[in-house]
Amino acid sequence: MSAPMPETAIFKDSEADRSFRCKWFANRLVVYGVLLLWAFICLFPIYWTATTSFKMAPNVMKGNLIPWVDFQPAWLGWRSLGLSPDTIGAESTVRDEFMKRFANSVVVSLTSSALAVMMGSLAAYGLSRFRYKFAWMKNDDISFFFLSQLILPPVVLALPFLVLYKELALLDTRVGLILLYTLSVLPIVIWIMKDQFSSIPTELEEAAMVDGLGIWGAFLTIILPIALPGMVAAFILSLVLTWNEYFFAALLTSTHANTLPVMVASQTGSQGISWWSMAALSFAAILPLIVIGVTLERFIIKGMAAGAVK
Amino acid sequence: MSTPEQLHIVTSDSISEGRKRAGKALIWGSGVILAGIAFAQLGQSLDWWETGFTNWRPTLYAYCLWATAFCWAQVLIRGEQGKRVLFVLPAALFVISLTVFPLLFGLLIAFSSWNLSNPDGRQFNGLANVIQMWNDPFYWNALLNMVWYTLAIFIEYAIAFGLALLLNGEIRARKFFRVAFLLPLMLSPVAVSWMIGKSMLEARFGPLARLGRWLGWDNPSFFGSPEVAKLTIMIMDAWTFIPFMMIMLLAGLQAIPKELTEASKVDGATGWKSFWEIIFPLMLPVSITAILIRIIFKLKLADIVINVTSGGPGGATDTVTSFIFREYRDRSNVGYGTMLAMVYLVIIIVAMTFLMKFAARWTRPQT
Repeated sequence: MSAPMPETAIFKDSEADRSFRCKWFANRLVVYGVLLLWAFICLFPIYWTATTSFKMAPNVMKGNLIPWVDFQPAWLGWRSLGLSPDTIGAESTVRDEFMKRFANSVVVSLTSSALAVMMGSLAAYGLSRFRYKFAWMKNDDISFFFLSQLILPPVVLALPFLVLYKELALLDTRVGLILLYTLSVLPIVIWIMKDQFSSIPTELEEAAMVDGLGIWGAFLTIILPIALPGMVAAFILSLVLTWNEYFFAALLTSTHANTLPVMVASQTGSQGISWWSMAALSFAAILPLIVIGVTLERFIIKGMAAGAVK
Repeated sequence: MSTPEQLHIVTSDSISEGRKRAGKALIWGSGVILAGIAFAQLGQSLDWWETGFTNWRPTLYAYCLWATAFCWAQVLIRGEQGKRVLFVLPAALFVISLTVFPLLFGLLIAFSSWNLSNPDGRQFNGLANVIQMWNDPFYWNALLNMVWYTLAIFIEYAIAFGLALLLNGEIRARKFFRVAFLLPLMLSPVAVSWMIGKSMLEARFGPLARLGRWLGWDNPSFFGSPEVAKLTIMIMDAWTFIPFMMIMLLAGLQAIPKELTEASKVDGATGWKSFWEIIFPLMLPVSITAILIRIIFKLKLADIVINVTSGGPGGATDTVTSFIFREYRDRSNVGYGTMLAMVYLVIIIVAMTFLMKFAARWTRPQT
């Protein structure tokens, strides 16, 4: 264990000293116990899904948990997706379907996040630097207008959009989803980026403008590189939200533009589907985000913390 | 509200009359194109004439053209000021065209009976939807459920605060715990509803059902009785979103100056006392922000409910969103669903305004 806390030096008295250390160890035990318990609660479902995708029917029934000890891993679940080593080379309609959905998810979430970060950063920069007056709306009102979109529940927009998209022939297209997803993450991006820009001193642009750059030149060459970490944070947060979005995708797509969550959901309903293949499918759907979460955790935390501390 | 430091630039713009006129011509010209195409399309959809349009796409393109021209013309007409406006304008136009217009359109739909599979199209039916809503026990039940779900946030908050305190303490492997605690937030609710709702809580083979039996619960069923089902949904939702509050609270904890906590230690405040008298009051603003945002997210709760219980048993787990979703799926009547959604929106706006006013008064520094 780490060195005892500095207070022990004050209490030379052995009796008090001993009771203090005892208490300290008990305290540590509880702290780590709670931390480990919660880590277990967080990780077990992921572990359970990952292992179930390698189980066979009897393993599932018996509730075996630990591979190679309790049960022998098999490629059953992944084979049904066409992603196991022996089927990866062969033709597989399920895999094609899966890859199509996967591609849809990737395209839709990347494009809408990029769009949202672009528009959101511009708007946030403008709001943090200039004084506007659109009709009766001043800066604070405009900010509030953007942020108030957060309150709007998706269900309010869903049905009007369904009808509008039908008229515009945007139902079941990626473009339609991208537009809506961009809209839904824009307030969050603006929130994060406003915080980011207001922490950058205005002297920087003033110096750049003295050197002869215009507003946009100063923004693009001086400010943008400094604000990049914030933009990455906003982008990743948008990516997570758009990748996981289900409600709009379920309503507005049917065959061509389905995203991965819609595919997962459509499989849960059907009774014939087996646990191992569902586990494989779910795990494949969450794997990209687990990778992002583990590698880019720093940015996600930065993004979410942006609004918390003022 | 204090605005951060702003740029003050003095620019001398001399914009020629010709340039101004060109800018105005751009706006009006593209506006006329938009109006013309929209009018032609409107005429076709009302059976006045045949223009050969198959859908409203041309109008959409004309609108995009107009929006671009509008942005460009700002620079032409107003010069330097126009360049500044250009920062906010694209986002503003985007949001306005994607929310304000559909909302107005939604108001129109809300007062009509419109079955999408019915060739008759939209029929104005006045207040029939309101009357139907008034007599729909399932809708009121769903609204009541939302209150319960929202109240569960306080327990989530307590857990999240505890975890944030632990993570902020002196611990080893902090990074591991942080990543592990964050992961549930990254998972898609649909995958979660299968992973936990459908497989881990499965009554025969699910590990949690096994645990329940081992603990002496004879016949573990997590979705059998209304109360238990509601609790299960709350727990699953909490599992996904506790990391969110935890991280906001952690950021708040890390922003507390070290001197304050140390000074309180010197003054003899330890443990509970230091928490309640120093940390908790300091964390109040962050806590309120976290809770408000969490409420906003909670009001959108639907994915898990749709996929795990589809509202059952007997509507006990229904949220407003999942109820409207099913209402549309079953009857494909957009009119009634939109009315329900609009009423929900009004309730939310009223409640949130009240909450924010209340929160603002509460967080104001007390002397």
